[in-house]
This record gives sequence, C-alpha cells and structure tokens, in this order.
Amino acid sequence: MTALTAEEIGILLLSLRVAFVSVVFSLPVAILVAYVLARTDFAGKTLVDALVHLPLVLPPVVVGFALLVLFGKRGPLGSWLNEWFGIVFAFRWTGAALASAIMGFPLMVRAIRLSIDAIDRRLETAARTLGASSVWVFASITLPLALPGIVTGALLSFARALGEFGATITFVSNIPGETETLPLAIYTFTQVPGGDSQALRLSILAVVLSVVALVASEWLTRRAHGQHDRR
Amino acid sequence: MIDVDIEQAAGDFLLRAKFATEAPVVGLFGRSGAGKTSLVNAIAGVTTPRRGHIRVDDVTLFDSAKRVDVPPRARRVGYVFQDALLFPHMSVEANLHYGLRLRPAASRYIEPRRVIDVLGLEALVDRKPGTLSGGERQRVAIGRALLAQPRLLLLDEPLASLDVPRRTEILDYVERLRDEFHVPIVYVSHSVPEITRLADTVVILSHGECLAVGDVDDVMGRLDLKPHTGRYEAGSVIETVVAGHDTAFALTTLRFPGGELTVPQVDAKIGERVRARVRARDISLATERPAGVSILNVLDARIVAFADETGPVVDLELAVGEARLIARVTRRSRVRLALRENQDVYALIKAVSFDQRSTGYA
Repeated sequence: MTALTAEEIGILLLSLRVAFVSVVFSLPVAILVAYVLARTDFAGKTLVDALVHLPLVLPPVVVGFALLVLFGKRGPLGSWLNEWFGIVFAFRWTGAALASAIMGFPLMVRAIRLSIDAIDRRLETAARTLGASSVWVFASITLPLALPGIVTGALLSFARALGEFGATITFVSNIPGETETLPLAIYTFTQVPGGDSQALRLSILAVVLSVVALVASEWLTRRAHGQHDRR
Repeated sequence: MIDVDIEQAAGDFLLRAKFATEAPVVGLFGRSGAGKTSLVNAIAGVTTPRRGHIRVDDVTLFDSAKRVDVPPRARRVGYVFQDALLFPHMSVEANLHYGLRLRPAASRYIEPRRVIDVLGLEALVDRKPGTLSGGERQRVAIGRALLAQPRLLLLDEPLASLDVPRRTEILDYVERLRDEFHVPIVYVSHSVPEITRLADTVVILSHGECLAVGDVDDVMGRLDLKPHTGRYEAGSVIETVVAGHDTAFALTTLRFPGGELTVPQVDAKIGERVRARVRARDISLATERPAGVSILNVLDARIVAFADETGPVVDLELAVGEARLIARVTRRSRVRLALRENQDVYALIKAVSFDQRSTGYA
C-alpha cells in the first residue's frame, strides 16, 4: 500500500472539515436543548424530545429529502437564508455539514442530557446562595460538571458525521471536491468497474479514522471525569 | 436581629414558624421531619413561603404583604449544607473565593486571610474537595459561606455526617467564628448537647410548628417540652463563670448563682463564661447531706415541680439558687424518700458526668 494520492487527501480533508464544522455549530444548540430538556418542564416537551430523536429512527434518506425541501434554493428556509445572509446549503459542502449535524444531533443531546441529569442540583442552589446569577451558575457549575457528557456527545456526533451517507447524498448529491465525503467516494468507486481497489484503500482509511476517533473519545472522557476526583 | 414569621406549604406538610431574636446564635431544634430544613430553606430563599415575612437586621428578605422576595443570590445569607456541597471541579481555594468574587468590594467585611486562619484551612487550599475528609469539607463549606460576606449564617446540621471526634472539632471552630466574625448564626440540630453548647436562643420545632422560643436555659429545662427535647437527652443548662482551676487534679470549678460545680478541666480562663449541661439522669437526690461519698458536687436544692409520674422514672425540677435543674429518679425512690414540692434536698452530681461536649464557652 502506497501513500495517499492527492485526490484521497482531498476526500479525507473534506470529510474532516464537514464533520468538524457540523460539530462546532451543533454543539451549542445541543447543550441548550439538553439543558432545557433536563431542567425545565413545559407543555409540548414530549414533542420536542421526539423531534430531537427523529433523525435516530427515520431513514436517513427521509431526513435528506426534508432538508432538500426546506433548505433547497427554493425551499422556505433556503431561499430566506440566501436572500438575507447569502448562505446556501444546497449542493455545497456546508449542506453536507448541516446533514451531518442533524443526523448526529440526537446522539449529542442524549449524552449531554445524561451528564446534566447526573449533577446534584443542590450544588447549583449552593452557588445561588453564594451570590451567583443563573447565567453564572450555568457557566461556572453546570457546564463544567457536564463536561464529560459534552465531550462524549461531540465525539459521537463527529464519528457519526464521518460516516454520514444517506442524508448527505440525498440533500447535496455527490459532487467530487464539494460534497463527496469519504463514504460517498467509497460508494462511487464501488459503482465503477475496476474501482474495487480504490474503494478498499478508502475503506481502510475510514477504519483507521474511526478507531482514532474512538480512542480519542475514550481518552478525553476519562480526562474530563478524572478532573473531579484526581488525587 | 432575625425576625421570621412565615407560613409555607409543601405537599401536605405545613410549616408555621414565628420567632424574633437578637441572639448571636439561634438554635433551631427538632426531630428529623420537624421542618428545620424547610425553615432554613425559606430563610435562604431557596423556597418561597406562601405568606409572612423574613427580616435580618432590618433588611426585609421576604414579605408577602409588600410583595418583597429577594432572590437567594442577593440575600447574603450564608448557607452551610449538611453535606458541605463543595464544588467538586474546583480547588478548595476556588471554592472559598466563589462567593467572595461575586460581592462588590464595598460590601466586603470578612477577609480571606482571617477565615483561612480561624478555620485552619491553610494546608487545604490547593486540594480538591474529593480528597478532603468530612470534617475538612465542612470547614471549607463554612469558610466559603463566610467569604460570601453574609449578614446571616445558616448551619444546617453541619455535624450530621461526621464521627464524634470530628464533631467536637467543628463545634470548636463554630464557637471561634461566632466570636471572631460577629455574624449572627442560625444553628440547626437535633442534638441537645450541640444546641445547649452553642445557642443563646432556641427555637423548638415539631411537625412544622414552633413549640417554644426563648433562652436556651429556660427552654431546654422546661419539663413540658421534654417529649420534644428527648427522653435520653433530658437535662438542663447552667450559665457559669470559671472560678478556678485545680491543676494537680485537672479539675475546674465553675461558679453560678446557687453554688459551685467541679468538673473535669475546662479549657477556659478564670472569669470566662462557660455553659455546663447536666443530664437529668446524672443527678441523684439526698434528703440529708451525705458523707463518705465520691461525688464532688453536692448542691443545696429545692424541689419545684414533678412531671410524668406514671412510668418507672420521675423527672423533677429543682431550684438551685437562681438556676433550674432537672433530675431523674425512679418512682420508687420518690416514694421511699417521700419527696414533695418545696422540700429542701441535696442534688448530687458526679464530676465525671461532665464531658467535653457538655461544657463550652457561653
């Protein structure tokens, strides 16, 4: 096996960029949603909870199609975003990031919510009696104590983004250099006569990437936990 | 100055508390489930009463009629929880400074240096809460609450999760901070020795009702409150002054209006005020001055009242000068000695029945 070709490096970098951007932008939203679900009670909470989990149970193609309808150039959200902010998702790598973010969102929210649920709420009460505002209680107590869950959630979502296929190909198609991430490239090679060896090389790359992500996740989670009870 | 008059419902539990006191240390006494923590939570602002008012030093923290409900962060009520609740992700130092940093410099009157000295926290500042012992954790929690510059300190059973030697140690620290920082303290406990040692005024809570409010000596000595102050804990408190030390035998003489008590050495200077607690079952009675007994304390007493004359034991109230003592004898002794009201008797108290927890600075 020889070194990676320029084309393969391009695919790898695009995949990493899509996954990274999807995590960075969805993480704050996921923390907010997890906090609201863990700490508040409101009419329609069950509905919000179901909505968050929908990507986990729906066929990815359906999610991709929904994104296409909503965020396509003529879709209600897509045309609005384009008009006001010049943001276009359709058939761009940003669309691939959006699809990945949506697909990874339930994993992220679940991990963070578990972590928030595990926090002794009286610690927050103690902080309030010491003079902290709600915002400061969240920033100085809740957020740091939920860190293990946040790290786990981010890494799960990152790994999920690297493997995203169905929603991505439906929403932004398979455009080399723009939306052709690792799984899409592998799929392309398997459709071309004689592309098996290329598909194999990329598959091995995908395996290596996944293992690295898992090991990093384990290490980071242990570090975040260890912060509390290090002797 | 603490002025509380509130009514609060939680589920089917109704708390009705009313007391006002200038005492530096208020003891909040009651069995578990009496509503002690509910009351403390209301003072801290963690829960909201449905009517009434809470005032500390003329600052209204809550008043349903005037629609005042100061949020906990602005109440400046230092709350020390039963299990310390230190922030596990911060060092001891960061815990101590958490509240301090949130108070404007102008309202600071308690210095970190003094708190660290008085509570002996110097060696702990770099540690993480997870590595501290129970007693150390409680000390840091007290320091953290103090450094938030409180106008009132709430200690909710701070000794509950500690072993006995640690308890005495923390009690010593609480006494020191009471004398050093002059922050009014509300001390919650279900332990008579703790309350009598620390508190000046005591509030007795039972089933959400305030049964009695008053001087610790008066209230803890009242026979009618005995079902609440406890069967095994029945006893009384005497305010005394150190009259002298007998270094050869390691004894201390305490003087009070009514006589003198000899007790195992108390760590206090001559002339200092010390509070001594006498358990009812440690007092024996004699109708004549006994001779040839080992008991060091023989006090002239007069029987004031009897209580509870159905079971095997009888509690009786004694007047020793101005002080009131409760003695517990068997009903048979009461009959055999033909004890009656207004009778002059001798109250015998073994010096060894006083221990470290029953004598402390007043």
